[in-house]
Amino acid sequence: MRNATSMLGVLLVAFFIVVAICAPFLAPPSYGDPYQIPRSGWSVTPQPPSAQNPFGTTEGQYDIYYGVVWGTRTAFRVGLIVIGFALTIGMTIGTLAAYFGGWIDELLMRITDIFLAFPFLVGVIVLVTILGPGLNHVMLAMIIFYWMTFARLIRGSILQVKENQYVMAAVALGAPGYGIISRHLIPNSIYPIIIQVSMDMATVPLLAAALSFLGLGAPVGYADWGQLVAFSRNWIISSNGGNPFQFWYTIFFPGITIVLYALGWNLLGDTLRDILDPKMLI
Amino acid sequence: MKEIEGNVLTEKSKDQKKFQKAEILLEVKNLKKYFPIKAGVFRSTVGWVKAVDDVSFYIKKGETLGLVGESGCGKTTVGQTILRLIEPTGGHVFYNNVDLFKLSKGQMKKYRSKLQMIFQDPYGSLDPRMRVKDIIAEGLKYAGMKNRKERYEKVRDYMQRVGVSPTYMNRFPHEFSGGQRQRIGIARALVLNPELIVADEAVSALDASVQAQVLNLLDDLQQEFHLTYLFIAHNLSVVRHVSDRVVVMYLGKVVEIANKHEIFSDPLHPYTKALLSANPIPDPTVKRKDRIILQGDVPSPANPPSGCRFHTRCWLAQPICAQEEPKLEEVHPGHFVACHFWKNLEDQND
Repeated sequence: MRNATSMLGVLLVAFFIVVAICAPFLAPPSYGDPYQIPRSGWSVTPQPPSAQNPFGTTEGQYDIYYGVVWGTRTAFRVGLIVIGFALTIGMTIGTLAAYFGGWIDELLMRITDIFLAFPFLVGVIVLVTILGPGLNHVMLAMIIFYWMTFARLIRGSILQVKENQYVMAAVALGAPGYGIISRHLIPNSIYPIIIQVSMDMATVPLLAAALSFLGLGAPVGYADWGQLVAFSRNWIISSNGGNPFQFWYTIFFPGITIVLYALGWNLLGDTLRDILDPKMLI
Repeated sequence: MKEIEGNVLTEKSKDQKKFQKAEILLEVKNLKKYFPIKAGVFRSTVGWVKAVDDVSFYIKKGETLGLVGESGCGKTTVGQTILRLIEPTGGHVFYNNVDLFKLSKGQMKKYRSKLQMIFQDPYGSLDPRMRVKDIIAEGLKYAGMKNRKERYEKVRDYMQRVGVSPTYMNRFPHEFSGGQRQRIGIARALVLNPELIVADEAVSALDASVQAQVLNLLDDLQQEFHLTYLFIAHNLSVVRHVSDRVVVMYLGKVVEIANKHEIFSDPLHPYTKALLSANPIPDPTVKRKDRIILQGDVPSPANPPSGCRFHTRCWLAQPICAQEEPKLEEVHPGHFVACHFWKNLEDQND
C-alpha cells in the first residue's frame, strides 16, 4: 500500500464487505424477511439510542442499527447488479464499436448518444414510474441509463490501444478477431474501467439511496440507507423548542454510513488509479 | 549456393550468381495503397494520399531485398500491405504463385505463419501486459499448437537461438533493453518457421553497437533457417551490409532496382545518386566534392508532381520529365530504372 489514504480506502471497503457478510450475526433478523427493518412500536417520534436500539429508532420506530447493517447488503447488491449489467452492456457495445469502426461504430455511438441525452435521474424516475416502484425496477432503470459511461470509456480506450504496433503484430501472427480483443485490446484498456467501477460502487448506491429518499425505491421499512435518511427528513432540526438537534441520531448514523461507504470506494478508486498505471507495474 | 563454392570468383560476380537460379518466392505486381483524406463536418473524402502507387518487384528465395527511401516514401506501407496488415487498394502479391490479395481473411490466416514481420519499434510492438513466453508463443497458439507445454518448450528453444536467456521467459517486456526486445520480436516471428520475414526498420530504433549485433543475428538466422528477407530501412550503410538486391523508392514509386553492388557503384537514377551521396563516410579525412544537395522538400503524396515524381528536385530534369512518367525498365540484366535520362547518369558514372 502506498500511503495512509489508500490504506484507509481499503480498510473502509473491507469493513463494509465484512458488515455485509456478517449482517445476520451483527443484527439477527427476528422474523420473516430479513431486509424488513424490525419496529419497536408505532409511535412517530424517534427514540434515542438505548441498549435495545444501539443507534436509536427513527420515525415509525424502525431500528436504525438494523437498517444500517442490512442496508449495507442492499448497497452492495444494488452496486454489483447495476454496475455488473451496465458494464457488460457498455463493454460489449464500446468494444464492438471501437474494434469494427466504420458504420458499426457510428450506429452504436449514436444509440449511446440517444441514451445519454436523457438526464439520468429524470430518465430513471420516468421509467420507474412506468414500471412501478420497487428495488428491482429501480435497478433495471438504472442499468438502462448507466451503461453509456462504460461504453464511451472502453471505446475511447480501445481506439487508443488499437493503434499500438503489438496489435498489428498480433494480426501478423494470425490472431482472429476475438483473440485480438480478448488478449490485447481488453487487457490493455480495462484499467480506466476498473477505476471507474470502483468510483461507481460509491455513486450507484448513493443514486439508489436518492431514489429511495424520493420514495421510488424500496418499499417502506426495507433496509436501505436512502430510506433511513428519508425517514429522518422531518427530524433533522426539531421544531418543538428545546434542543434543535434532539433527534441527531436519525440523520447521523445513516448519513455517516453513506459518507464512509462512498469515501472508501473513492479512496480505493484513487489507489487503483495509482497502482494500475502500467508504468508502475513491476 | 553450393554450386559456387570452391570457385574463385570476385565478390561481385559471386553475389550476382548466387541467386540467378533461385526461384521467385514473392512477386509484387502493381501494388497500390491510397489513403483517403477526410475533411469537413461530414468527413467526406476530398482526396487520396497515394502512399504506394504502382509498385512492382520480386524477391527470390533465400535473398535479402533491401527497400530504401526517405521517410514517407511508402516503404513501410509496402511491407504492411504485402502481409495484408493493411488492405491494399489494388495490385497483386504472389507468394508461391498464390495471389495473397485474392484470399479471404480466413484463407489468409493459413499463410500468416509463413510470412512474418519484425517491427520497427521494439517498445511498441510487444504487448506490455503479456509475459515474454506468451508473446513468443502467441503465434503458435493461433497456428494450432494446442499443448501449452510444447509451446513453451519451443519458446525456450527460440529464445536461446536469438540470444535471450530462457530464464527470462516469465518477465514482462519493459524489463528488457531495446536490443533484447528486438530479439524477442525476432523470436516471435521465427518460432512460426516462416519463409519470408519483412523486417521493417528492424534496427533503426537501436543504437549502433546493438544494431550490428541484431544484424549479425538476422544474418546467422538466415543461414540457419534459409530465410528470405524484405529489409526495409532508410539507413544505406545497413542496407549495404545486409542486402543482396536493393529497391529504391521515392514518393510511392519504385525508381530503381538493382543488385547492391550496382546500386552503390553505378546508380542510374538521379534520386539514388543523391541518396547515396548523402550517406556519411565514416572517415573525417575524406573531403567530399561530389555531394548532391537536393533542393526543396519531398512533395506531398496527396498531390504528387506530374510526370516523373522526382522532376521538381532533379538536376537533370527536362520538360519531358514533367509530362511523361518514365516506365520502370530493365536497362541491364537485373537492373531496373525509371528515368528518362539514365544514360546521362551512366556516362557520368564512368
